[in-house]
Amino acid sequence: MTGNALAVEMRGIVKRFPGVVANDQVDFDLRTGEVHALLGENGAGKSTLMNILAGLYQADEGVTRVRDQTVEFSSPRDAIEVGLGMVHQHFTLVDSLTVTENILLGLDEPRFWMDLPTYEAKVGKLAEETGLAVDPTAKVWQLSVGEQQRVEILKMLYRGANILIMDEPTAVLAPQEIEELFQTLRGMTASGASVVFISHKLDEVLTIADRITVMRRGLVTAAGVPAEGKTKRDLAELMVGREVLETVDKATMPSGDVVLEMQGVSAISDRGLIALDNVDLRIRSGQIIGLAGVAGNGQSELAEVITGLRECTGSIAVNGQELANHPVAEAIDAGVAHVPEDRTGTGSAPNLSLTDNLIMKSYRSEPIGHGWSLDSSEARVQAQTLKDEYEVSAPSIDTEARLLSGGNLQRLILAREISSEPGLMVAVQPTRGLDVGAIETVHKLLLRQREAGMAVLLISEDLDEILMLADRVAVIYEGHISTSIPTEEAKIDELGLMMTGSIADAAVEAAPRA
Amino acid sequence: MNLELALAAGISGGTLFLIAAIGELFAERSGILNLGVQGMMFVGAMVGFWIGSDVNPWLGLLLAMAAGALLAGLHGVVTIHLQANQIVSGLALTFLGSGLAVVLGDGLAPGSGPLLPVITVPLLSQIPVIGVVFFTGHSILVYVGYLLVPLTSIWIFRTRPGLHLRAVGEQPSAADALGVNVYRQRYFYTMLGGALAGLAGAYMTMSLVPGWHANVTFIAQGWIAVALVIFGQWKPGRTAFGAYMVAFVSRLALDLQDPNALPEWIYNPFYEYQPATFFLNMAPYVLVILVLVFAAREANRKRIGAPAALGTPYVRGERGH
Amino acid sequence: MSTSAPTGRHLIPFGLHMERRLGTPRGLGTITTIGAFIVALLIAAVIIWLAGGDPINAYAHIVRSSLGSTGVLSDTLVKATPLIFTGLACAVAFRMRLWNIGAEGQLLMGAWGASAIVLIGVFPEGTPSFIYLPLMMLAGIAMGALWAGIAGWLRARLNVNEIITTLMLVYIGFRWVQFWVFGPWSDGGFQMSPRFPREAWLPRLTDHSDIVSDFAGLTIHLGFALAVVAAVVVWVFINRTRKGYEIRLIGDNPRAAKYAGINIGGTIILVMLISGALAGLAGASEVSGVVHRLQDNFSPGYGFTGIIVAFLARFNPLGVVVAAIAFGALILAGREIQPAGIPAMIQGVVLFCVIASDVFLRYRVRVVRR
Repeated sequence: MTGNALAVEMRGIVKRFPGVVANDQVDFDLRTGEVHALLGENGAGKSTLMNILAGLYQADEGVTRVRDQTVEFSSPRDAIEVGLGMVHQHFTLVDSLTVTENILLGLDEPRFWMDLPTYEAKVGKLAEETGLAVDPTAKVWQLSVGEQQRVEILKMLYRGANILIMDEPTAVLAPQEIEELFQTLRGMTASGASVVFISHKLDEVLTIADRITVMRRGLVTAAGVPAEGKTKRDLAELMVGREVLETVDKATMPSGDVVLEMQGVSAISDRGLIALDNVDLRIRSGQIIGLAGVAGNGQSELAEVITGLRECTGSIAVNGQELANHPVAEAIDAGVAHVPEDRTGTGSAPNLSLTDNLIMKSYRSEPIGHGWSLDSSEARVQAQTLKDEYEVSAPSIDTEARLLSGGNLQRLILAREISSEPGLMVAVQPTRGLDVGAIETVHKLLLRQREAGMAVLLISEDLDEILMLADRVAVIYEGHISTSIPTEEAKIDELGLMMTGSIADAAVEAAPRA
Repeated sequence: MNLELALAAGISGGTLFLIAAIGELFAERSGILNLGVQGMMFVGAMVGFWIGSDVNPWLGLLLAMAAGALLAGLHGVVTIHLQANQIVSGLALTFLGSGLAVVLGDGLAPGSGPLLPVITVPLLSQIPVIGVVFFTGHSILVYVGYLLVPLTSIWIFRTRPGLHLRAVGEQPSAADALGVNVYRQRYFYTMLGGALAGLAGAYMTMSLVPGWHANVTFIAQGWIAVALVIFGQWKPGRTAFGAYMVAFVSRLALDLQDPNALPEWIYNPFYEYQPATFFLNMAPYVLVILVLVFAAREANRKRIGAPAALGTPYVRGERGH
Repeated sequence: MSTSAPTGRHLIPFGLHMERRLGTPRGLGTITTIGAFIVALLIAAVIIWLAGGDPINAYAHIVRSSLGSTGVLSDTLVKATPLIFTGLACAVAFRMRLWNIGAEGQLLMGAWGASAIVLIGVFPEGTPSFIYLPLMMLAGIAMGALWAGIAGWLRARLNVNEIITTLMLVYIGFRWVQFWVFGPWSDGGFQMSPRFPREAWLPRLTDHSDIVSDFAGLTIHLGFALAVVAAVVVWVFINRTRKGYEIRLIGDNPRAAKYAGINIGGTIILVMLISGALAGLAGASEVSGVVHRLQDNFSPGYGFTGIIVAFLARFNPLGVVVAAIAFGALILAGREIQPAGIPAMIQGVVLFCVIASDVFLRYRVRVVRR
C-alpha cells in the first residue's frame, strides 16, 4: 500500500573512501508503506548508501530527511530513535548471549537489574504477533541462520522501527524461507511500515518490490521506477550497462575416471555438533559437481575434511590415495586445490606481498624451493607470470594483498590454486561478493579447468550459479548429502524443498549414479 | 609451622593478586588485554605509600588508584584509538611503570608499620579455624576483596551494564550497531582495571609489606594476576580461588625455608643445605605454570575460551571483501 | 558534517582526522621509528626533570660515556653484544607473533650452561681454548633452547599462553642460578663462582695488546663478532629460506598458514628453540667474555631490553645490531645516573612511542578544525 508521503528522502549524497567514490551525488526516496528495492551489483554503492541512512557512516556531502525532518545521524542509535533500523547482511548478533539479551542490548530499559523472564515474555509476544517465530531463551549460536535473521528483524521491531532496511536478506535463505520472508515484509508494509530491500538478485527484486532504484559504480541509473512491467533484461542493463545475462558455453565432457571418492564420512563442527553425517560423494575428472544448500549445513566442514583441515571418520580417497585425517601438505601434494570461502581470513595473508601469497602452495618444490632455501628471484618470476596471466590488477607483485579488491583477490587465489595443476578443486562460495565482471571470470576459469580434465566440487549458495555450471547437482542439508542428479533433470522447487529438509532426495529417475 | 597462620597469610597475600586480577578481568571482558598490570601496580605502590605516609592513607589509596587509571588510560589511547598491538603496549607500560615508580620514588624513606587499619571482625573471628584465617587481623582491603568478588560477579552477569560489557568483549560490532559506545566501554573498563591494579600496588606497600624498597624490580605479582584471570576463566569466583591458592603455596614455601619448620622426624633438606631454599622460592612460579596448563587443558575439553574479541582492536566500518 | 571517526562527543575544538592509507610508502617505517625514538627521549627528559634530575646533563653524560672515545666505544659494544643476541631472539619469535618475553631466563640458563662446562671439573687444567670455548657456546645454546623449548612445547601442544610461561621461567631460572652460585659453586661463601681459567675466556682485543699497543684496555671480545655473524645468519634464515617464509606467513595469518599445509605446532617449537638458543648465547658470551665467572645478578635485564631492541628494529635482524648499540650506550651510561630507574623508564617510553607511532603507517593523520 503506497501512499505519497515520503518516509525517507536523501539528496545529493556523496561518500568517498580511499581510492574510490562509493556514492556520487545520489538521490533516493522511500514512500511510506512501500517495498523499495535498491538494486546493483556488488560494489555499486548500495550498501554504503544505506549504511549512511542507518547511521553507521557519515556522508561527506548531502542531506537526509526522515518524515520531512532533516536528520544527521552520528551513530546507529540516532537512526533507531527516529524509527529507522537496518538488518545487515552479516548479522550483528552476540553468539554467546540469548535472543532476548541480544534484543535488549543497547536499550535503556531495563534500567539496571536484568529481569530476564519479563523481557523474554515480551519478546515472545512480539515474535508471535509478527509471525517471526523464535525461542526467546535460546542462545544465538544454537539458532539456524534463518532464525538468526528473524532475531535481527525483531531487534528492530522491538525498538519501534517502522522503516526497515534489509541488506541482501535472501543470501542465506532457502527458497521456502525466502517466500516466508516476503510474506512477512508484505504484512509489515500493509500495516504502514516502509522497507528498503537491497539486492543484486533480479528475480527477487521483481517479485517483492513496488519501486526499484538501480545503482552502478556509485551513481543512480534508475531512480525509483515502478517495478511493474520491467523485465530482467531491462534491470540487468541498468545494473551493468550492457546485456549481462550470462551465457556459458558448456562443452559436453565424456565421463572420466573417479578422482574423489568419499565414503561414510562424518565430522564434528567447532561447536561439537554433528556437521557431516555419513556422507558419500563421488566426482570424476572433467566433472563439476554442484553442491547446493543454505549456509551452515556442513559445507565448510565438508571442504575442510577433503583438504585436510579437519578430522573425520570414514574414507576420503583422491586418485586412490587415502587422505582422510592426513596432514594438509599431503592433500596439497596429492593435487587437491582449495578456494576457500574466506578469502581474507584463510585464503590469503593480508600484509604479505602478492608474491608471498602466490607461492603459498608452490614454495616447497622446485624451482622455488631447493632443500632449505627459497629462491626469491625465481618466486618473483613466477608471481609476475601468474599476475599477468590471470589479470590480477595491482600496482606490482610487491603490493600487499589486503589492498586488492575482492575480485582481484579471488583472481589471485584462483591463479595460485589452478597453477598447481590440481586434479581436484574444492571451490567454496567462489563468487560471493564479486562484481559481475569478476563473477564471469571465475565461471570461465572453472569451466576451462573442467575441460582440461579437472574435477571440481562447487559449493555454493547461489542456485543459479550451480545450475549454470554443474554437470550434476546435489543438496546438503544438516550434514546429509543427497544423491546427485544430472543438472538437466533438476527442478528448482524440488531442490528448494531439499535445501530445507522437507524431502530427502530428488524424485528418482531412471538415471543411475554417475 | 602453623598451618592456620599460613592459610591466613594466603588470604592476605592473595588479596594482592585478587584485586589486580579482578581489574584485569574487567579489562579483558571488554576485549582489551592489559599486560601493564605490573607497571600500574608499581606506580600505585609508590604513590600510595608516598601520599599515604606523608599526607593521609585514604588519600594515598585514592591517588594510587588514579595513577593506575591514568597509566591504563595511556594503554587505552594506544590500543583503542591508535589500534596498536595490545600485548606490546602492555609490556611497554610495565617497563614504564616500574621505571617511573623507581625514579619518582627515589628518596622515599622506608616507613614503619602498616598505614591502613587492621581489622578483626568481632563475632566471626571466634569461629574455630575459619575465624583465624578469614576474619582476624587482616587489613581492611582484605575485606574489600571479599566484597569485590560477588559484586563483580553480579555486575557482569546480572546487570544491564554488565550485558553491554559482555557484548563489547565478544562481538563489538553487534554492540556498536545497537548504539553501545564500544570505545567508551573499553576505556572505562581498562581504566577501572588500572585503578584496581594501582589499588593492589598500594595495598602492598601500605599493608602487606609496608614500606618502600627500591629494588622492587624483580617481583612478578602483576604477571601472576594476568595468569589468574586465564585460570579463572574470566569469572570472579574462580579467579579469587586461584589468587588465594597461589599466595598460600608461596607462604608455605617461605615457611619451609626455616630449617626448624618441620618436625624433627621428617627429613628436612634445608636443614642440611641452606641454598636448597632457592628451590622453594621457585614454587609459586612453577605453580602458576601448572595452573595455566590445567586451565588450558580444561578449556580445550570444555571448548570455553576467552572473550571472543579479546586482543583485537575494533574499527568501525571496515570494508571487507 | 563530521568525519568518519567513530567517536561522537566533541570536547576539544579540533580533532584528528584519520584516513586509512592505501599502501605504506617505503622508508616510512624507519622514519617513524627514528621520530618515535626522539620523541621518547624528549618525554623521558621531561620526566627526569620533574623528578629533580638534570636531563641535559644526563643525556650529555650518556653520549660522552658511550661514544666519547675508543675506550668507551669498546665498552658500548661490549654492552651491545648480549643485546644483539637477545634482540635477535625476540625478533625471530615476534615475527611469528610468539611473544617470548622470557629471553632473560634463557640468557641465565645459557650462562649457567656455559659455566657448567668449566665448573663441573671434567676438564683438566690447561685445557685449551679451542676445546673450552666451542663447548661453552654450545652449552649456552642448548640450555637456552631447552628453556624456551619448554614454553614452546606447552604452547604448541596445549595452547598455553607463552607470555606467562616464558616469564615464569625467568624467575625460576634466576633462582636456579642463585642455587648454584650460593651453593655448590660458591667461591668461599661469596655469591659468585670461582674465576674461570684464562682458556675459558672469550678472547678480547686487550689480550693482544702486546702485539698492538692501541688495543690495551679495549675489552671488546669475540662475542661481538659472533653476534654480528648471528644477525646475518638470522637475516638469511628469515628472508631466504623456506622455514623463514613459513614463519612470516604464520606471523601474518595463522589460518592461511594452516591452509597452506604448514605444520604450525612444529614451527612454534622450532622458533622457540632458535629464539632460546640465541638468548642462551647472550648469557654464554657474557660469562665467558665479560664477567669470567658465574655470579648472581650479572645481567641488568639484557633479556628484557632485547624486547625493545627487537621492536625498535622492527624485527629486522640487521636493524637489531643498530638498535642494540644504541641501547648498549644507554645501559652503559645508565649505571651511573641517579635515580636508578631511569634506564628502565626510558626503555618503556621508547617502546611505547614506537608502537604508538605505528599508527602513522596505517593512517594518514591530519589535524582538523571542528
